[in-house]
Amino acid sequence: MKTVEVRELVKTFDGHLRRTRRGGGDVVRALDGVNLAAEPGEYLVLLGPSGCGKTTLLRTIAGLEHPTEGEVLIDGQVVNGLPPRVRQIAMVFQSYALYPNKTVRDNIVFPLRAEKAPRETQESKTRWAAELLGIGPLLDRKPRQLSGGERQRVALARALVRDPAVFLLDEPLSNLDAKMRATARDELKRFQEQVGTTTIYVTHDQAEAMGLGDRIAVLEKGRVRQVGTPVEVYDDPADTFVATFIGSPPMNLVRRDDRLVGFRPEHLLPVENVPHDARVTMDLRVERMEYLSGDRHVYGTVTGLGEDTRVIARLPATITTPIRAGEAHGFAVAADRLRFFDAEAGTRAPAVPIGKP
Amino acid sequence: MNETEALRRRYARRHVAARVGVYGAAVLAALVCALPFLWSLVSAFKQNRDLYNPESNPFAFNEPATPDHVRFLLTDTPFLTFVGNTLLVGAAVVALTLLMSLPAAYSLARLNRPWGTPMGIAIFLVYLVPPSLLFLSLTRVVVSLGLEDTLWSMIVVYPTITVPVSVWLLIGFLKAVPKDVEEQAMVDGHSRLGAFARAVLPLVFPGIVAVVVFTFTLTASEFVYALAFVSSSPKMVVSTGVPTQLIRGDVFFWQSLQAAAVVTAMPIAFLFNLFLDRFVTGFTMGAVKT
Amino acid sequence: MTARRREGVPRAGLADREGFLAWAMLLPSVVYIVALVGVPFLLAVAFAFSDVTTGDPSYDFVGLRNFTAVFDDGVFWRSLGNTLLFTTSAMVLIVVFGKILANILVADFRGKWLVRFLVLLPWTTPVALSTISWLWFLDSIYSPVDWVLRRLGLIEGNVVWLGDPGTAMLSVVLVQTWRLTPLAAVIVMAGLVAIPRDLDEAARIDGAGFWRRMLEVTIPLTLPVIAVAALFGAIMTFTDMTVSYVLTRGGPTHATDVLASWAYFRGIEGGDVGQGAAIALFLFPILLAGAIAILRAVRRLEAQ
Repeated sequence: MKTVEVRELVKTFDGHLRRTRRGGGDVVRALDGVNLAAEPGEYLVLLGPSGCGKTTLLRTIAGLEHPTEGEVLIDGQVVNGLPPRVRQIAMVFQSYALYPNKTVRDNIVFPLRAEKAPRETQESKTRWAAELLGIGPLLDRKPRQLSGGERQRVALARALVRDPAVFLLDEPLSNLDAKMRATARDELKRFQEQVGTTTIYVTHDQAEAMGLGDRIAVLEKGRVRQVGTPVEVYDDPADTFVATFIGSPPMNLVRRDDRLVGFRPEHLLPVENVPHDARVTMDLRVERMEYLSGDRHVYGTVTGLGEDTRVIARLPATITTPIRAGEAHGFAVAADRLRFFDAEAGTRAPAVPIGKP
Repeated sequence: MNETEALRRRYARRHVAARVGVYGAAVLAALVCALPFLWSLVSAFKQNRDLYNPESNPFAFNEPATPDHVRFLLTDTPFLTFVGNTLLVGAAVVALTLLMSLPAAYSLARLNRPWGTPMGIAIFLVYLVPPSLLFLSLTRVVVSLGLEDTLWSMIVVYPTITVPVSVWLLIGFLKAVPKDVEEQAMVDGHSRLGAFARAVLPLVFPGIVAVVVFTFTLTASEFVYALAFVSSSPKMVVSTGVPTQLIRGDVFFWQSLQAAAVVTAMPIAFLFNLFLDRFVTGFTMGAVKT
Repeated sequence: MTARRREGVPRAGLADREGFLAWAMLLPSVVYIVALVGVPFLLAVAFAFSDVTTGDPSYDFVGLRNFTAVFDDGVFWRSLGNTLLFTTSAMVLIVVFGKILANILVADFRGKWLVRFLVLLPWTTPVALSTISWLWFLDSIYSPVDWVLRRLGLIEGNVVWLGDPGTAMLSVVLVQTWRLTPLAAVIVMAGLVAIPRDLDEAARIDGAGFWRRMLEVTIPLTLPVIAVAALFGAIMTFTDMTVSYVLTRGGPTHATDVLASWAYFRGIEGGDVGQGAAIALFLFPILLAGAIAILRAVRRLEAQ
């Protein structure tokens, strides 16, 4: 099991723009000083909206892109300037990139032939990988005869036979339909636990990130906003971007002087459901309600905490307090559930006392 | 650590070698293709004494350069008339080709008739009927229409070469236009024909450009028909006019001939290069989806 | 919008009926092609069975006489053989060089625009003009090619390129290759840019070097397009008479006569329209067979 680390990574794109618009100065900083390390055997998820640089980061680690500044280390060695093939990496592309002209067997054996492994090794490894992923019966088919899920498994098998130091997965689930995605996610997780290889996984889907990641790195505009376990990222967001990007519905943010007071929708409950010794109360003018799988989502404007702000409360099925649109209702949040952010910078800030217990 | 360092140095060297290779190959390719034009260009300005000396360097002026032969081409031969005729014929053929091939391609690509595919193949096969097979009888047809020795003879006949290829290219482009676009236009109140004209045509503009460029290139280089149909020099196009008017029996006006080749080739290559990317994408679609 | 409303509710007209439209839109092309390809083609067939000459254009049916005359003429068989040799060798060279050129042209380097421009020149020059330029380059006395070879010390004196049967054929093939390679390159380029970038990158990550990627990924995936390039090269070479007509006039002693040029010499310069047509007719079935074979191969490849 090997480590992967990047230091002060900067990647700017200007090549193709320079040619079309001469000297336009349209430099895109896809990566803007990224520091990140994946521990041995870790499942590290890169999460962020599209265009945040997560795929560029993955491709830079793979050696498909060359960093403008900074270093990539695999197993403690700086690999800048080395081509992908000597980096001990395996990658699964979003499209799976199976060779359409080759059978499944030839796809899987391709990397072994490239490294000129002996024929017996080629055969035994192919059989082992196919068995591990349950694609033994498909070995003589062509990729176009496979379903999306089967293709994914072939792509994983092809990655597996290389004994890589690290797996790089680029949104491997995004080409599957919703139902397949849940099963495939489960398979991916069990597969990685079985082989124990360090894995870096790129996605824009927070459910995937939360479900798969040992740790999650949240990226935005080429910078790492926060790295942490799913619990840390969800409960203790480092800034307002992470707070609102993760969670559905996102964290409510209410401005109070120079602070933003944040709380998750599921922590905003009718006042009688929050222990009264350590709570902050507020009034909610209810505007609209939605019933979603037993939960009630209450949309309304909160008053009395700071500036009047539209917020969402998520009441579990166990709370039966009658609430109707158009009425005002007393709500509260447990004090230890409040998070404070600097209103200007958006970063975490020390708590300020809020009255009205 | 040292091992990685050595590896990196090796791959850095290999990278440099690969770049040098790419540039070397590019320069070599350009030279092989364009060297004759360089010769032509230099020869066009050479004095007779220089040109007709087997020992003089064909790439350099061993005697002072002279514009006489180029001036001769432009003023003392009907070359400019040929150019004008070529442009006129080219423009008319391009227009006729588009008028016929666009609707035909749309019909074959989109209107889902059971005979669509065989008809498409049949039209493509027409392209295989060579001018060398047809010019004997087409000459008769042209004469009976009273079109001999006119530009019209070429305008009427050239689309036989260009329409089949254009239909083929355009089918590819049309298949790449999402069906939704037409359906949206029809839901928005256009007829099927209106949807084609208003919604689909603008989207196949790249294809139209590819067809225009390709058609013009084919028209400008056609030789057999032009030679068979037209024998009076004021109605000749470049491809026949230059060989017949600048070669008198055994006398070749070499420098002027070379100048004519260069003058004709440059603008067409320039145009073609401008639209090369579109042509390339068009071809993929046509070739992959036939 | 408003204009449409004023007319009232639009009714389904002819412009909405697919069955009608399909025919109506196709009809101009079909009528045109039937009139100017179909009719002349039948006329050419009719000529082949007639005694029409330029001097005596009246039509008399003579049965297979033209064909027997053609078959008895050794030049016909010679030109048939030349055509096959000329076509296959030029096609192979065109595809090989076209493929190489395409790979160069899709690579990333500075000055690409200029290189592409220069590379396109042979294809965009009217054949007659570029072939005349070659006539000078292969001249028996002043040939710049010979000048270069002399300077390199490879030859002494002159190679009489167009005067010797072997080198004459070689010259015709090379000029044809030079002229059509850019077109083949453009076609192959189309296939190359259509390969998903992922596939090449996946192969690089899988450890495949340049040659393995080329032979196992790029070439198999572009085979259909390469076949199309071969088809174009073959058709354009097979039916072309300009290069050998201008360069060698079929000589020396019919060494570079091809079916198309032989038909021209017989039908126009010799004035025997019937025999010319009979010779030219031979172009068609061979062409058809070749084209069908290649299109089938393309289809099979795509079905994979």
